[in-house]
Amino acid sequence: MNNILKLGALAAASTLVLAGCAANEAAVEETTSATTDTTETVVELTGTLNGSGASSMAAGQEAWIAAFQTANPGVTVNYDPTGSGTGRKQFMEGATSFTGSDSYWKEEELGGEFPSCAAGTLPWEFPIWISPIAVIFNLDGVSSLNMDGATVAGIFAGEITKWNDAAIAAANPGVSLPDLTITAVHRSDESGTSKNFTDYLGAVAPDVWTVGAIEAWPAEYGGEGAQGTSGVVSAVSGGNGTIGYADASRAGDLGTVAVKVGSDYVAYSAEAAAAVVDASPLVEGRESYDLATKIDRNTTASGAYPIVLVSYLMGCNDYADDAQAELVRAWASFLVSEEGQQAAAASAGNAPISAGLRAKAQAIIDAIK
Amino acid sequence: MTDVKPKAVRRLGDIVFANLTFLAGISILLTLATVAAFLFAQSVPAFTGEPIEAAENGFWAYVFPFIFGTVYASVIALAIATPLAIGIALYISHFANRRFSQILGYAVDLLAAIPSVVYGLWGILVLAPFLTPSYRWLNENLGWVPVFGGQVSATGRTMLTVGIVLAIMVLPIMAALIREVFLQTPRLHEEAALALGATRWEMIKMAVLPFGRPGIISAAMLGLGRALGETMAVAMVLSPAAVISFDMLTSTNSNTIAANIALQFPEAGGNYTNLLIATGLVLFGITMVVNMIARWVISRRAEFSGAN
Repeated sequence: MNNILKLGALAAASTLVLAGCAANEAAVEETTSATTDTTETVVELTGTLNGSGASSMAAGQEAWIAAFQTANPGVTVNYDPTGSGTGRKQFMEGATSFTGSDSYWKEEELGGEFPSCAAGTLPWEFPIWISPIAVIFNLDGVSSLNMDGATVAGIFAGEITKWNDAAIAAANPGVSLPDLTITAVHRSDESGTSKNFTDYLGAVAPDVWTVGAIEAWPAEYGGEGAQGTSGVVSAVSGGNGTIGYADASRAGDLGTVAVKVGSDYVAYSAEAAAAVVDASPLVEGRESYDLATKIDRNTTASGAYPIVLVSYLMGCNDYADDAQAELVRAWASFLVSEEGQQAAAASAGNAPISAGLRAKAQAIIDAIK
Repeated sequence: MTDVKPKAVRRLGDIVFANLTFLAGISILLTLATVAAFLFAQSVPAFTGEPIEAAENGFWAYVFPFIFGTVYASVIALAIATPLAIGIALYISHFANRRFSQILGYAVDLLAAIPSVVYGLWGILVLAPFLTPSYRWLNENLGWVPVFGGQVSATGRTMLTVGIVLAIMVLPIMAALIREVFLQTPRLHEEAALALGATRWEMIKMAVLPFGRPGIISAAMLGLGRALGETMAVAMVLSPAAVISFDMLTSTNSNTIAANIALQFPEAGGNYTNLLIATGLVLFGITMVVNMIARWVISRRAEFSGAN
């Protein structure tokens, strides 16, 4: 115990000394050296960084924290996957320095106070986590099917009930479809996956899927409920003639649906998921450091896969505590970096953000004070 | 009135020990009161705060399907578990040879040690797929019986599967309790019945079962209490919807209160949390009523109890 304390004090003291020198004399030099040799020798950051929010990116955060703390042994990063709403609330209470959230800041939230940030300044946000949602099914002898949005919506709304329905058959010439009842599996717990999936259904087929983006499944649409991503995947694999939606990294051996985008059918892939984010417009009326994106589910951009879940990273433009600013800058830079995105993708199977988005995000990060 | 009763000598150790047991006893009441107070206090904002999207038709419209589901699943579980538990208990207490009955007794107790999440996994991965063909058969051949009608589930994650899983979960405690009661049947009653020429089955019918009836009832109530509150296994196995449905073989089943809380709580915010806690209070009430009925049933039949 004593040894640890001593070590910690030593580390803190040496950083103070070094930081003191650097701040006065060679600030410019330091930043240039930091960007050129990106490995271990950079700077000895110390401190604790607390964040909370979306559970969707919890697996990614674990990978990021492990990699970041290995590179910066003096830093402790905590991420508590409390859920997006709670995460944003905790940030607005000043309890955390950064937040992960499945939805961007609401207008009314931006009108509130942000105690972690310098008085009067607003937080930034940009997409950090793009996760394609696959439409998975279990049908003997069929590994891939084409469907347009209205068909997917019809299946999940309980209007299309047989696998050999004309709407499915028309899009899949040459595939022999059985006269089998479709069991559509949805999430029985509230989830961001359901919300993004139903947002897609409501956008592409508003007259079939009339309830819009929802987290709790409406009883009148029927279907089968299952708990969590694993529950949906096991229900789909366990039955015959089942279809469901789940995080694409968990699709496994199940058949997947290629959805109609423009005139093509696009299967999910990391690139296709990142492409739809690039092809979508930013929310209007936001500041330049606010990359809130309205995902264009009706996109016709070629090779874009519109059923994605996008989570944001949020932090202050100007931290009340300068030490936190430095930590967040390093942390956020690592998250958007190619290395960081690949680290998360390797362990959680999400889609890395595109180079264009990375450049925009890095510009925001560099401006953190 | 001159002779005074000698006063009992009170030693320090006696006083300390008496007070310690008093504290232990009162801690039960305190815990219960704290939980009840927490449920009450946390439920209030669900009714006073801004309207909640999930319960737009009012609290009772929201909670009623869950009350129904809770009771329905538990009743199915009991209907399956009670005869089975009586059978197990009779076999262990009156039929099996000593060695085997001991082994069987241990095995039943072991069932009780399996955590509910394991039962849930087993329910999804083994039991549900295994039962699906039987469900299809039931639906095709006995579909005219209301509970077997409807669109049969393709995955087997139905009310009946939940009932079976719950039945297996409550079986150990019921079988153990009933076995103990059966073992206490007065030897003389049994021997008298046999001496009068009764067969073994007639002896059981005349001596063991009437003697054990209050024990069977209290075991059933104990099992019911456990089934009502079971959360994890139901949340994992059942395919829920916010409906009231008697169909046992479809994908559209009434969820239970406990499972609904477990499913919705992680992402709930604001006074939706309070709404869920209020449903918890309703479950608390149901369990209390069940326990009170059980007490009443047992006390009404006190003349049968092991005391005489």
